[in-house]
Amino acid sequence: MRDVYLSADNIITPLGFTTEENAGNMLEGRSGIRQVEDNELSPAPFHASMLDKKILYEKFSSFEDPGKYTRFEQLAICSIKDAISGTDLDLSGSRTIFILSTTKGNIDLLEADPGDERLFLWNTARILGRYFNFKNEPLVISDACISGIQAVITGVRLIKAGLYDHAVINGTDIISEFIVSGFNSFKSLSNGPCRPFDKTRDGLSLGEGSGTIILTVDHDTSGKCRIIAGDGYSTNDANHISGPSRTAEGLFLAISRVMKRSPSAIEFISAHGTATPYNDEMESIAITRAGLQDVPVNSFKGYWGHTLGAAGVIESIMGKYSMRNGILFNSKGFSEAGVSNPLNIISSPERREINNCLKIASGFGGCNAAILYQKK
Amino acid sequence: MRQTCIITSFCAVRDNKLILDGKLLYESATGDFTDFASRLYKHSGISYPKFHKMDNLCKLGFITSEFLLKDKELSGRYAGVETGIILMNSSSSLDTDRNHQNTISDRNEYFPSPSVFVYTLPNVVIGEICIRHKIYGEGNFFISEKFNSLFVFDYVSQLFNNNLVECCITGWVEINGSNYRSVLYLIEKTGKTESGIANFEPAEIEKIYNRK
Repeated sequence: MRDVYLSADNIITPLGFTTEENAGNMLEGRSGIRQVEDNELSPAPFHASMLDKKILYEKFSSFEDPGKYTRFEQLAICSIKDAISGTDLDLSGSRTIFILSTTKGNIDLLEADPGDERLFLWNTARILGRYFNFKNEPLVISDACISGIQAVITGVRLIKAGLYDHAVINGTDIISEFIVSGFNSFKSLSNGPCRPFDKTRDGLSLGEGSGTIILTVDHDTSGKCRIIAGDGYSTNDANHISGPSRTAEGLFLAISRVMKRSPSAIEFISAHGTATPYNDEMESIAITRAGLQDVPVNSFKGYWGHTLGAAGVIESIMGKYSMRNGILFNSKGFSEAGVSNPLNIISSPERREINNCLKIASGFGGCNAAILYQKK
Repeated sequence: MRQTCIITSFCAVRDNKLILDGKLLYESATGDFTDFASRLYKHSGISYPKFHKMDNLCKLGFITSEFLLKDKELSGRYAGVETGIILMNSSSSLDTDRNHQNTISDRNEYFPSPSVFVYTLPNVVIGEICIRHKIYGEGNFFISEKFNSLFVFDYVSQLFNNNLVECCITGWVEINGSNYRSVLYLIEKTGKTESGIANFEPAEIEKIYNRK
């Protein structure tokens, strides 16, 4: 079976327009989460990590006419463009597949025109694919909060099956009234910046962002060490469509499958850690059931909130960054253990060589996913 | 290792008709989808109150799977984690997205509801089928303008080839306003079952999809 390498990548959040810029700000302890008072998004103030509209517009205008692309598309194009610039791979041929991970795409267009063609996610992906002259029809994955991991897993599988040699994976979601009102109706939004795994956690903070990672069978030439994407799996709780399983069955099964097929001991877990009481509790049960309760774990949500369809992609990229640079990021917002199964939450940034990273997530519809990244 | 698989059953719902393995099982002369879905539910003879809470996309996927899996005894033959559900459609959850949008468009009538919002994700239909049939395995929801039989074949085949599934429910579940259509296939490994409808290959998948 051929190996699939993680090549160049990009992260765009309020903490930066590149992966490095994000990492730098994170190590300085900064967060993109602020109180947002915007009547177009919500009748009441809420906490979220929002991209500065002006900065995105200016960045995009510097190389393309912003009138031709929606805000969602501008964001995704900026991210994909930067990732591609970081590799010398030839992605123009028929051996490249472009995969878009998003929950809602251009949903902010719905109010103005419920019949807008750009509301179709396949159309959004096609617009992005055309911009970059990708030859193949793009794939779109929409699996709630596990979409990003699923997009990487799918890319890895298609490459391993020999159908493609490269995959450009982009995960993007933007915050709209549609999304804020929905999460608010679930009473899942935090009162301040979210506090994953903390005793006082009271909900998630939404975030907007985009992440791009390029998968390839060609040896990564871009630096320090080679990282491969190992096996990943998805499962279902078969329990409830909007609440996680009390026994964490689905996530436990996904992690177990990864561990069964991987010989090495897991050294770092990038959890989903949304900071809702139920999600973090469920993850602590799954991690403990899998015997991984002593492994260092964090949630990146305290830095840029829950970026929905982008989350699995940008958090995978940070897992790669952690491995390459020997840095474990602390779980921002965490101070006192607040889950029934104690975990080894990373409470301050730490220099440590790690050889692999387990990325996990769970979402509405009872879905769960787990994937292992490792040094080669 | 390359596995050969067969389509052991298929079920389609379109044009007020329900077709199982090529046979017309139920037809309704009049009514919109919501009405037709209620009739199908009654015809199925099951008692599953959660059905009435579902949005139309989930009702369509659920009821199609209900007829597809009837008497197949999946839970007796496969562990929950051995069965996967891989679905595809064009409109994602746009049908329900519009309903949610209607609850927030007017600040004077601002009543977003969690029972609507939860269905603004297409993969929730996979969750509903999993809950009903205690399926814990691989799931994925792809958005494509048209049904892509070649991709479905490639993706589901690699799940079998890598022993991630022993059984897979796959197909198309689409609803957008008054337009709806579902075709679900039950795929199993050759040798695991005594009979099948056709070999699991792109041409057969396509042929079944296009059957009236």
